[in-house]
Amino acid sequence: MLSAEEKSEIDHEITKFPVRRSACLEALAVVQRHRGWVSDDTLKAVADYVGMSATELDGIATFYNLIYRKPVGKKVVRICDSVSCFIMGYDKIRSKIEQELGIQLGQTTPDQEFTLLPTPCLGTCDHAPALMINDSLHRDLNEDNVAQILRHE
Amino acid sequence: MNKPLTGHIRTDGEAIWIDDYLKLGGYQSLSVISKMLPQDVTKLINDSGLMGRGGAGVSTGFKMAAVPMGEKAATPKYLICNADEMEPGTFKDRWLLEGNPHQLIEGMLVSAYAIEASVAYIFVRGEYKLAIKRLEQAVKEAYSKGFLGQSLDMHVHPSAGRYICGEETALMNALEGKRATPRSKPPFPPAIGVWGKPTLINNVETLCNLPHILNHGIDWYKALSKGVNAGTKIYGVSGHVKKPGAWELPMGTTARELLEVHAGGMKDGYEFKALLPGGASTDFWLEDKLDTPMDFASTAKIGTRMGTGTMIVLDDKTCPIGMLLSLEKFFKQESCGWCTPCRDGLSWVAEILSAFERGDGREADIAQLERHARLLGPGSTFCALAPGAASPLATGLKYFKDEFLRHIQEKSCPYANHLHR
Repeated sequence: MLSAEEKSEIDHEITKFPVRRSACLEALAVVQRHRGWVSDDTLKAVADYVGMSATELDGIATFYNLIYRKPVGKKVVRICDSVSCFIMGYDKIRSKIEQELGIQLGQTTPDQEFTLLPTPCLGTCDHAPALMINDSLHRDLNEDNVAQILRHE
Repeated sequence: MNKPLTGHIRTDGEAIWIDDYLKLGGYQSLSVISKMLPQDVTKLINDSGLMGRGGAGVSTGFKMAAVPMGEKAATPKYLICNADEMEPGTFKDRWLLEGNPHQLIEGMLVSAYAIEASVAYIFVRGEYKLAIKRLEQAVKEAYSKGFLGQSLDMHVHPSAGRYICGEETALMNALEGKRATPRSKPPFPPAIGVWGKPTLINNVETLCNLPHILNHGIDWYKALSKGVNAGTKIYGVSGHVKKPGAWELPMGTTARELLEVHAGGMKDGYEFKALLPGGASTDFWLEDKLDTPMDFASTAKIGTRMGTGTMIVLDDKTCPIGMLLSLEKFFKQESCGWCTPCRDGLSWVAEILSAFERGDGREADIAQLERHARLLGPGSTFCALAPGAASPLATGLKYFKDEFLRHIQEKSCPYANHLHR
């Protein structure tokens, strides 16, 4: 079930489109903002609300990197693995983070603090290597500063 | 005024908000177009020689002129700004979006007037959090000043992270709330676009040019360039150079000038080996192409492409096969899965390149990769993702043959910076 607040936020998004179902990604983003991720039940509720089948909406939800169909940690670390970051030392940064957090790409720490995911190019290649922690961007990473960034974010 | 797009962008990281934008002469192009017929605006843009800055380099005026006009044209018509910047190695639109969001809105008002669009969307990357925030704020300001809300409504659509959404027809499916697979072309978006209506889709940098062309005219605009195509271009350099960055420079600046003057040359201890001139989807260039003017026509003349104009430099300490693997892994992951050469082919390409990096490469694999580069090429798929993936692969195989052989002989990657997983 969607909350009244979620429904009102989705209603606002729907006004931006000529067709109700076109707001489905916005609707997924709304519920994810409230709940942290999109469970099967949530997915079904969103599909009913915007007027499409749950199967079709799942095809869209799972298509996107930023819609989470599994629970994630409080802080989602997304490390850029594209070409400029590779040249500037992605591999070492990734190893350092995996060592600091004790998890591999795609995993969440047992205390649910951190999830580590790869991301394509973050569009800040003149300051590579780069990563994002939730909404904030961190650039010019090296093996020394990355541990500190994880601790202070 | 030789940097019309970026000259006013603040160096402290703050955006130019509405009051400052108006003081700088912002939204003046609206009074210029108010004295013109929509068709005359399109003709002016066409005559200016502006070519799309998203990478393909199609004439902007040509695309505008393809939108049906007059009473018989279907309505509403839509204008979409493609701000889904996700081409690896490309970081130019972020600068414009974060630094001067009103310039983009003004450019969209000009374009919407020319094609008589009544609704506009800014389709922006989900990861560009600051840009999204600033665009939303700027749109709100433009409504409160009355620039928006009269003849044009504008919405910001934050995407959720898929490269294929930057492809025009996939973008339209995404906006309609469908899975973002590309559509068959024709019909092209100006005829039948989003929600079946006439739709014009332009890149951020392209749209940001429009107010300046209207304000200063086409002679001024053409004189900004020192190449074949008109205007300025935002170029960038990343990799092991002394001063990586992005700069607005005359269109037609050579790759050598970008690398040696603006980026300050290679960092101490690193030698130049090759570069990709404009993102992951372009051919490798060796030193012999460095004096090519970076514009659409000059690069086409030598059988290659400028792409987005933000170059990625490969040095002598980084494994060229590791770089290829990083590129092809990206394309494999971002394939929407619709067409077989792309969905299946790219997985094999990444797997074979990965075998070379592990030390398991065989000579027969080189021929197999060459075959894939051909099968991924233009004409076999709905969209340009696979041909884009084929560009660095085909040229990498041509230029780095010795490197492949060395990996086979040594049964491992000889480079310090390689990609082993």
